[in-house]
Formats: sequence, C-alpha cells, structure tokens
Amino acid sequence: MLELIAISTLNGILFGMLLFLMASGLTVIFSMLGVLNFAHASFYMLGAFFGYQLSRWIGFWPALVIAPALAGCIGAAVERYGLRNVHKNGHVAELLFTFGLAFAIEEVVQMIWGKAPMDYRVPALLDFPAFTVFSTNYPAYKMFMLAVAVAIFVALLVVLKKTRIGMIVQAALTHPHMVGHLGHNVGRIFMTVFGFGTALAAVAGVIAGPALVTQSNMAGLLGPILFVVVVVGGLGSLPGAFIASLLIGLLQTFAVSINASLASVFGPLATSGPSLLSDIWNVSIAQIAPVLPYMLLVLILIFRPMGLLGTRES
Amino acid sequence: MRRSLSTALMTAALLALPLCGGASAEDTVKLGYIDPLSGGGASVGEVGFKTFQFLADELNAKGGILGKKVEIVPLDNKTNPQESLVQAQKAIDAGVRYITQGNGSSVAAALSDFVTKFNERNPGKEVLYFNYAAVDPVLTNDKCSFWHFRWDASSDIKMEALTNYIKTVPAVKKVYLINQDYSFGESVRTEAKAMLAKKRPDIQIVGDELHPLLKVTDFAPYIAKIKASGADSVITGNWGQDFALLLKAAADAGLKVDWFTYYAGGTGGPTAIKQANLDHQVFQISEGVPNLGYAPAAEFEKALRAKYDFSLFYPRAVNEMRMFKAAAEKANSLDPVKVAKALEGMEVEVYDGGKGVMRKDDHQFFQPMYISSFGARNDKEPFDEEKTGWGWRLVAKIDTPNTVLPTTCKMDRP
Repeated sequence: MLELIAISTLNGILFGMLLFLMASGLTVIFSMLGVLNFAHASFYMLGAFFGYQLSRWIGFWPALVIAPALAGCIGAAVERYGLRNVHKNGHVAELLFTFGLAFAIEEVVQMIWGKAPMDYRVPALLDFPAFTVFSTNYPAYKMFMLAVAVAIFVALLVVLKKTRIGMIVQAALTHPHMVGHLGHNVGRIFMTVFGFGTALAAVAGVIAGPALVTQSNMAGLLGPILFVVVVVGGLGSLPGAFIASLLIGLLQTFAVSINASLASVFGPLATSGPSLLSDIWNVSIAQIAPVLPYMLLVLILIFRPMGLLGTRES
Repeated sequence: MRRSLSTALMTAALLALPLCGGASAEDTVKLGYIDPLSGGGASVGEVGFKTFQFLADELNAKGGILGKKVEIVPLDNKTNPQESLVQAQKAIDAGVRYITQGNGSSVAAALSDFVTKFNERNPGKEVLYFNYAAVDPVLTNDKCSFWHFRWDASSDIKMEALTNYIKTVPAVKKVYLINQDYSFGESVRTEAKAMLAKKRPDIQIVGDELHPLLKVTDFAPYIAKIKASGADSVITGNWGQDFALLLKAAADAGLKVDWFTYYAGGTGGPTAIKQANLDHQVFQISEGVPNLGYAPAAEFEKALRAKYDFSLFYPRAVNEMRMFKAAAEKANSLDPVKVAKALEGMEVEVYDGGKGVMRKDDHQFFQPMYISSFGARNDKEPFDEEKTGWGWRLVAKIDTPNTVLPTTCKMDRP
C-alpha cells in the first residue's frame, strides 16, 4: 500500500510536470496576447518531429536548442503574416484561425514524415535508471524532464514579474497605444511573444518525444488536456498552470490505482441481478481516470470560472 | 515526399474510379477494398491496400482468375460504418461483386448486414464479402451470414491457442490482464479468464484492467499497479499507440514480465519493443510471421519487401486471394453464389505451410496458428522488422485441429 502511494505520488508529479512543460507556452501566449492558441499542441508536435529529425543528423543536444528555435520562427511568422491580419476581426476569428492551423500542420507533418510512429530515442547520456523506489526504476530522462520543467517555471516567473521586458510586454497588452508612443514596436513585441510561446511548446515536444510516442496524431492527443490545465489554473496565470498541472497529474495517477466502484463502496445496498444501472454501478474509478480532468474542468467552470489563481473572468 | 506522391496517386485513383466503372467490367474481376485510406486509421489501411495490390499482381502474372485480370478497387471508409455502406453501394454500382474489409469489427458487422440484405433484394446480382481482419467472434456466431467469409482467426480462437500454449509453461503463475475498454478488449479479458480457469486453475489472475481506448498518454500508473500485483505475465489485446506506450512505460519502470499479445506486430509495435529492449519477452499469436522458415513464404516475403518498405502482416490476405482463385476455378464461374458454395468446406495448403479449411457451418477459416516472440535474430532468421534489426522467432505452433471452436451460427442458405 505504502509502495503504491509513494510510486503514484512520484508518477503523478512527473506527469504533472510534463503537462506544465506543454501548458506554459499556452499560458504565456494567452496572458500576454489574449489569444487562446488552438494550434499550441501542433507546435509541440512540430518540436517533437524537428527534434527527431535533427537528433538523427546532429545529435540530441543540439536538437534541443535548434528545434525549438525553428518552431519559434514558424510561430513568429504565423503571428506576423497570419494572426495579425485576422486579429482585426476579433476573438472568434482568431480562434477559428488557430483551429484551422492545427489541421494544416497535422497534414503537413503527415506528408513529410508519414503516419507511422518515429523511432525517437532517449539520448544515451540519460539512458539509465536514476534511482529505484520499492524495486521500480525511475529513468534519469524523466528526472531531466522534471528539472527542465521547474527551470522553465522559475525563469518565466522571473522574466515576467521582475524584468523590464516583462513589464513592457504586459503593458503592451493592456495599453498598446501608450507603449507604442513610448517608442516600443508593439507589433514586434507581439510577434516575439508568440514565437517565444510556440518555442516553449516545441521544447516540450523535443523532450517528450522520446518518452511518449512521436507520431502525427500526438497533437490531437494532448491538445484537450492542455486547455484543462490552463483553465483550471486560471487563464493566464503561470503559477496557476503550475499548480493545476500537478493537481491533474496526481488526480489521474491516483485514480488509476483505485479499483473501488460504487458497487464495492455501497455493496450491501446494491440490488442483485443486472439492471439498467449496473454498468454505472460497477465501473471502477480506475476506468474513468482519464476523464476525471475533464470533469474537473466542468466543475471549475461552474463554480470558479476564473480558475484557481486566475484574476479575470474569461 | 514519396508519401505525398503516393497519397496523390491514390486520391487520383479514387476520383477516377467511377469514370472507368462500366467500360472494363467484362475482362476484369474487381475486388472492392473498403478500409481507411484517410484519417486516424490511414497508415493501417494503406499497408492493407498495397498488400492486396501486390497479391492481385501475383495472380495476374499467372493468368488472373479464369483468364480475367484481378483489379483492386480502393474505397476509403475512414473507419466509419456509415461511410463503408456508402462506399459499398458505390462499388456495387460500378460493377464490383466482391468486397474485402478488415479494420474494425463495427464496420464488419455493418457491412455483413448490408451485403446480406442487398443479396436478398437483388437475386442474380449477389455480392460476396471477404473479411480479412475483423475478429469479433459474433460475426461467425449469432450474426453469421452466408455471404460473409472470415480468413482471420476470431479473437476467441486466438485466445484458445494462446491459453493452450500458456497451459504448457509452468513459469506462468500470476497473470495480469490489461485491455482497451470496448467490445474487443472486453472479449479478450472474459475469454482469457474463462479459458485459464479451465486449463490452468492454478494460475492466479492478479489484475483485470480496462483502460479507455487511445486516450492514455502515460501508462506509468498502470505499470505501478502491475508491479504491485506481483504478476509474472501480462495478457493484452492492445494495439496501436496503446501498445507502444504501455511497453515504453514498462521498460522505464524496469518491469520484467512476459507479454502475451495479439498485435505486437502492428505498425509501430516492433519499434516500441526494440526501444523497450524486451528481447524475446513479447509474444504474439497470429497465423504467421516472417522467419518461420517455410521456403515459399520466404520467397514471397522477399518479393514484397523488394517492392514496398513493409513486411507481410496479413498472411491471411494471401490465403484469401489464393482461395478466391481456387474457388472460382473449382466452380468454373465468377458468379458469387457459385464461388461461395465452392469456398464452403474448401481445404487448402496455407501461405505458411500446413492445412487450412473454410468451415461450412459458419464460414470461419481454420489454419495453423503460431506463437512467436520478438527479439535479436540468429543466423536462420533472415527478416527484421521496421528496420530495428530484431525479428520474429517461432515459439510454438498450434495445429489446425487444436484451434477449432464450436459455433452458434444458424445460417440461411440460398
């Protein structure tokens, strides 16, 4: 029992940190630009595929730097030549634009790399078990993912809250004209922030690619849960996203390890024989674990629409 | 960019199909291939299409069927039952009298039903449905049809063979079941439990898990449970990324158990096993794999690999096409009713060697089944998979009589 609790806690934190790695870019873009980027997971996927291709050619470590830079450039170009023009037509047009972009990116990735999963390996340097808890190994690579996630969180907080750059960027969102009059190029600020956000997603992709499966539907798989993280944490709140990621990671992991169902809890009250409700009655918590985050999303939207740490109504 | 070209060509072929429908109907035998050629299942459907194309070329090189050339007509169903019916109707209108399909038992059930009703309403224009991969047992039991023939072993047959093997391995003492939460996964788990209880009552089922289909991104929590249960073996029907991610998580956590699977050889499976470094610890039940050492099959495998960049995952498709030709020649006709009657009870030498028989009662094909493991190769194993360097090794062969299961089918015959 103790073993399962200890291991589930560790697994939960690890998965939560992976979620944060992906959600941080989405949060940055939303909090800075006010754009909810539906194509965010697609940039995560681009990061994974660029990372795979580059690590084939020049090794994993250079790829970890170059792949996000490439994806970031594409992101910046998307903002400069696409989103900026769409922006005039309001938020709905923006949403639809990024929505369509997600499909377009998936199609392009399929054309170039095909539909089968890539053979993307963990770098040899990190391919060993870091430590063992109750005979379960924890790979060094997962510890590396954890470290990168925490480092990004701290670095982002410092840049946004403590530096001049962060101040200008935040001001550009609420008072673009004032910032413009002060001599800053507002358009370029937006482009940089968007590119930076997509590069963050790509970092997550390069790192998660070897740990998860790198294939053309990976964006679709992780896209929805990123929105859960961002909404539960509070739209635009970086600490909120951090907490929500951990919460969801732990929630899902612990739910999987619980085999209890309504039938086993209220056993003596159950009517015998099959009935219409017997399916619901017998479903175990483990079986519904992957949908629990979405239930949390619904509850949060009903009872605390601004999210855990959010400051403004969405 | 080769892929985009092939996609473009296939699209062109799809578009051109209705145009060239009537003209060449006289001198070709058309087989409508209804499977996903776009969307999530496209990678699987594309491999199937090329496999059938290759088989048609093989037949044509030897004079076709009754002197007529075989033509495979690709029809994209997007893994959707409704779309499949639309495509089937379209194919029939274009002169197709034979259709084949494999991916998804829900699609198969819809098609079988459609073909049966169509044939009732259109005597003299009957259509036959050759199923090469949909394994839901119900298709040859309660929902059986005279117009449906299945070349793949049903999931019950596979479990029968798998448990017959497990029966002989004393090291297996604690088994964990993990499956996808839908009809196929459900049938794997219930049959595994029932058959193990009968054949090896001493085996303990230490876990019985259903997880959502293609929704789990991290299987670490499931692996933690398997580990905590003390299992020495896992039985899983998982396919696609659910299989790959499960194995990856197991490898990360250092879980060392034996894996008994249905679809370890599916696209991406061998890559995942190699990455997880599970050398000959993953077993698969199938009607054949490369490296069985049967010379004619090795020749075929070499020819297929020389033309395409994949290995043969569907030995049953080879049996299907060769039996199609044999049945037509036995009946000396291409009339579907006569071909169907010739297929009933037909005995053949199967692709990987040995006897196979199409049972008359339910139109289920019975053939030798093989349990093979995936890992490092020796000198006698020439074929690797997905460029991993690893390949399949024969572990056990289950002869045809030991795969036969009773059926509940009550068939209406014309």
